[in-house]
Amino acid sequence: MWIVDFFRSALGKKAVMAVTGVVLFGFVLGHMIGNLKLYQGPEKLNGYAAALREVGAPFLAHGEALWIARLVLLAAVVLHILAAWQLTLINRRARPVAYVKQVSVASTYASRTMRWGGVIILFFVVYHLLHLTFGSVHPDFRAEDVYRNVVVGFQNPVVSLFYMLAQLALGLHLYHGLWSFFQSLGMSGPRLDVLRRRFAVLFALVITAGNLSFPLAVLSGMVS
Amino acid sequence: MNLTLYVWRQAGPGEPGAMKRYDVPDVSPDMSFLEMLDVLNERLLERGEEPIAFDHDCREGICGSCGMVINGRPHGPQRKTTACQLHMRHFRDGDSIYVEPWRAAAFPVIKDLVVDRSAFDRIIEAGGYISVNAGAAPEANVIPVPKDDAEAAFDAAACIGCGACVAACPNGAAQLFTAAKITHLGLMPQGQAERQRRVVKMVAQMEDEAFGSCTNHRECEAVCPKGIAITTIARMNRDYLKARLFGKG
Ligand code: FES
Repeated sequence: MWIVDFFRSALGKKAVMAVTGVVLFGFVLGHMIGNLKLYQGPEKLNGYAAALREVGAPFLAHGEALWIARLVLLAAVVLHILAAWQLTLINRRARPVAYVKQVSVASTYASRTMRWGGVIILFFVVYHLLHLTFGSVHPDFRAEDVYRNVVVGFQNPVVSLFYMLAQLALGLHLYHGLWSFFQSLGMSGPRLDVLRRRFAVLFALVITAGNLSFPLAVLSGMVS
Repeated sequence: MNLTLYVWRQAGPGEPGAMKRYDVPDVSPDMSFLEMLDVLNERLLERGEEPIAFDHDCREGICGSCGMVINGRPHGPQRKTTACQLHMRHFRDGDSIYVEPWRAAAFPVIKDLVVDRSAFDRIIEAGGYISVNAGAAPEANVIPVPKDDAEAAFDAAACIGCGACVAACPNGAAQLFTAAKITHLGLMPQGQAERQRRVVKMVAQMEDEAFGSCTNHRECEAVCPKGIAITTIARMNRDYLKARLFGKG
């Protein structure tokens, strides 16, 4: 099949990483914006969470849209990781002998930490789902009270610290990934090359700042 | 000036190698890096030792033969300069200098600093050409080329195929080289007929060789002695995706 054939090529894998990456970016951005409702109090946030389950009504039944979104995200995550894994193996094999001395001239901390940063984000996502979606590692989880789950969850400083570290990793990942998205899909030009860098900086900052604010707001007692 | 060199010595393909220390006194700052190695080799020969093997030809920065990693950077510390055009005045008296061959699975070491770059030739053979009737040269102005395209094509054509891009890439990827050729030919009117086939074949060959894949570190662009930009890589990606997803196969 042509799509399988396409995925066999490393350039094809990069394109898949770019497309799945931007899907995940869209989710992360929406997730952060939705969470800002935390600052509007319990009714708004819980109402928003409940409304997400009714998206698509009357065509879709309760919770269906949410599950469709989850399946799309799951597929994006799986493909993103699969491509990254395979490309990493190719790249490791391509440079079997290390230099005795090597200086990097152009790479950034973000570009060099994409792989491990990605692993950290993966572990975080698993923990986050168990913590605030399924509640199995939450001390006092109540399915209908998202606001309370967040506040109680973040009152533990160790948990909050882990969340914040993961958000920094996500910010770095986005900073390099969002820019790479354009490059891997061949979107480049004299003006676009400036804009795509700004786009990456802007959204990496906005998402990181927004996400960091939630645990900080709870820890400082601003939200309780 | 007096220098201490640490040079990779390897007797032959697949042999074990090691960094070897050489004290090199009385180096003139006017020498090129290769001339400095020549002087060291003369001295080694006088002592009955095996001289250091390294590739070179034009020594004026246009053939792409020379290439070694000098103090951790392909072609050394000076930007947009090949090793043969790098002069010793860019170093200081008493410096220690590390000299290593290109390191990449696709560029196996033949001896000392000499590596086998025939993988590049195979990428070119796969599609880095234009099939035209090679008769008498046509009148130059018969086919008009927009000025911007001509300049961008010329910038890409400046690639001398030295392999510094692969050497610098943490992934040992040959993206910049391949993209430079694809950009050069793909921008010219004469290159249009084979444009899609070319990018598909050259990329396939590139991936069949032991090169890695691009993660957008931009190290290649920073060390390229000809200043080839990664905009060429974007163009290659664009052409490749178009050809694979919407092309006529
Ligand atoms: S020897 Fe020809 S480019 Fe250096």
